[in-house]
Amino acid sequence: MKASIFRFVLKRIGLGLLTLFIVSLLIFAVTQALPSDPAEAMLGREATPEALAALRADFGLDKPIVVQYGNWLFGILGGDLGTSYATSTPVSEYIGPRVGASFFLLLIAAVGSIPLSIVVGANAALRRDRKFDTTSSLVSLILAAMPEFVVGTILTIIFSTTVWQLLPAVTYLEVGAPPWSDLQGLILPVLTLLLAVTPYVARVMRAAMVEVLESDYVEMARLKGMDERTVLWRHALPNAVGPAFQVIALNLAYLAGGVIIVERLFNFPGIGSALADAVRSRDLPVIQFLALIIAGVYILTNLLADIGTVLVTPRLRTRLK
Amino acid sequence: MSSENAAEAKFVDERPPSLVRQAFRLRRTQIGAVLALMLISVALIGPFLAPFGSTEYVDLPNTLSVPGTIFGTDYFGQDVLSRFLFGGRTILILAILATSIGITLGTTLGLTAAYLRGRADEAIMRALDVVLSFPQVLLSLVVISMFGPSNVLIIFTVGLSTTPRIARIIRGAAIGVVERDFISAAEALGESRKRVVFAEVLPNVTSSLLVEMNLRLTYSVGLIASLAFLGFTPEPNAANWGLMIQENRVALTEQPWGVILPTTALALLTIGTGLIGDGFSRVSAGIDRGGKGE
Repeated sequence: MKASIFRFVLKRIGLGLLTLFIVSLLIFAVTQALPSDPAEAMLGREATPEALAALRADFGLDKPIVVQYGNWLFGILGGDLGTSYATSTPVSEYIGPRVGASFFLLLIAAVGSIPLSIVVGANAALRRDRKFDTTSSLVSLILAAMPEFVVGTILTIIFSTTVWQLLPAVTYLEVGAPPWSDLQGLILPVLTLLLAVTPYVARVMRAAMVEVLESDYVEMARLKGMDERTVLWRHALPNAVGPAFQVIALNLAYLAGGVIIVERLFNFPGIGSALADAVRSRDLPVIQFLALIIAGVYILTNLLADIGTVLVTPRLRTRLK
Repeated sequence: MSSENAAEAKFVDERPPSLVRQAFRLRRTQIGAVLALMLISVALIGPFLAPFGSTEYVDLPNTLSVPGTIFGTDYFGQDVLSRFLFGGRTILILAILATSIGITLGTTLGLTAAYLRGRADEAIMRALDVVLSFPQVLLSLVVISMFGPSNVLIIFTVGLSTTPRIARIIRGAAIGVVERDFISAAEALGESRKRVVFAEVLPNVTSSLLVEMNLRLTYSVGLIASLAFLGFTPEPNAANWGLMIQENRVALTEQPWGVILPTTALALLTIGTGLIGDGFSRVSAGIDRGGKGE
């Protein structure tokens, strides 16, 4: 049976890599289809044909498209991400510190959302159809429906401007400074991301918990005279986390996209703001690389979710044989 | 209270009341419908009621007490109320068109995959997985970066990025239907494949389709408004709720209305359509959604 799991994991990783490769082709195809010439965009309309040709040769834009793709891909694999058109600095230098900042932001949001949604979901299941359950389900629904920047703006109106002035409305963080150097400024962006993700996980957690609480072994544990807390935390909860696993991972993957908007809203100097800037200035190498990492994180999280779900669910594990 | 009652009703009545009827018996669906209708009216009728033009200069920027205005002027000296009344139309129309594209393509692909099974199913779903590995905002941004934020482009990108998400759900709902006897019966009668898929399978996945339509409309409104919030609208100073929030949030302390009005509108519109979608998913039990990213 171990061998079958191993084969499944390998197959899934292979599929993930294949998807990533196709995604990279797609990103490259779309971004190279651009109607305007980046060399002309940089030098302006009055540039001499010689200067344009020289700059194109500099960026390798005069080579056939397949060669350009090959150079780009092998460059990235070898750690050479190209040069930003807008800032004329190496992409790695421009993006490097921002990746860390975004990762930190995502990490706190992700780590915070898991226990929060477990507690909310489990409690809702315990108090099924009572006040806590109906209220939390309605609040979740409302939070899930609104786009992140609306949730974030409402938080800003309430906590940092119009109603109370408790928290900073934007993050004051130098690019490259450790993100924890402005902890206060992190509160609202993290809270926004938490509120965006928690409803979904809490909902699935509740459904899973309801099912487990009605199962025979929970009844058995109760009949044995175990105290309710042990039944709940030792018997019921671990069995309910399994089904919620996939959804947790899916939503973490979703955060990779949501962070673009939230960073912009709070002026957080991460890859999301960098991407929005790059899109505005048509900074190709930056767009290509950021699109590739964000899609990569998304693919990786989904991959881990698939593998994780099979590993934590005994029923699926045996079916692999 | 709701889903149990609905389930009981099925035993009493041979033919249960239509899904839409059942859903609108729920309080939350009713509230959702009222909210959505209210905001849709603001978005569609608003432009005709606006006292000023959508980009008309009225008075000094960020002034609260300007004669002739209720909420004062915005960052550019334009009437906040007029910008607000103009600002929902584009978002709503784009979102409806994008959702229609996504629903049409997604349903067709999902049904086809479920019906054909085997290799074709695998090929369709793997191809859609590639689109699925881009978060929707990211895909939209990459496309916008190349071709600029035109309305047609936004409709198609949002529609296409919605397609695989809908296709997955519809395929999931249809996969059980295609194995039932009446499908083999229809095939035996010599009905064309197209007819079997659209006249026999499709009517049996309407509950998933209704839930999906509302959810996707909700998310498309959010996504399109988010793109505007990032500054990607066809005209740089367009009257658009998303862009309004971006433009006026710097002056939030002096002139809160420029942010509060569009924020409230977007919140109530998405909550409204979200509540309707939830109503549908409650009466067609068993549909529980994992998240926007799915």
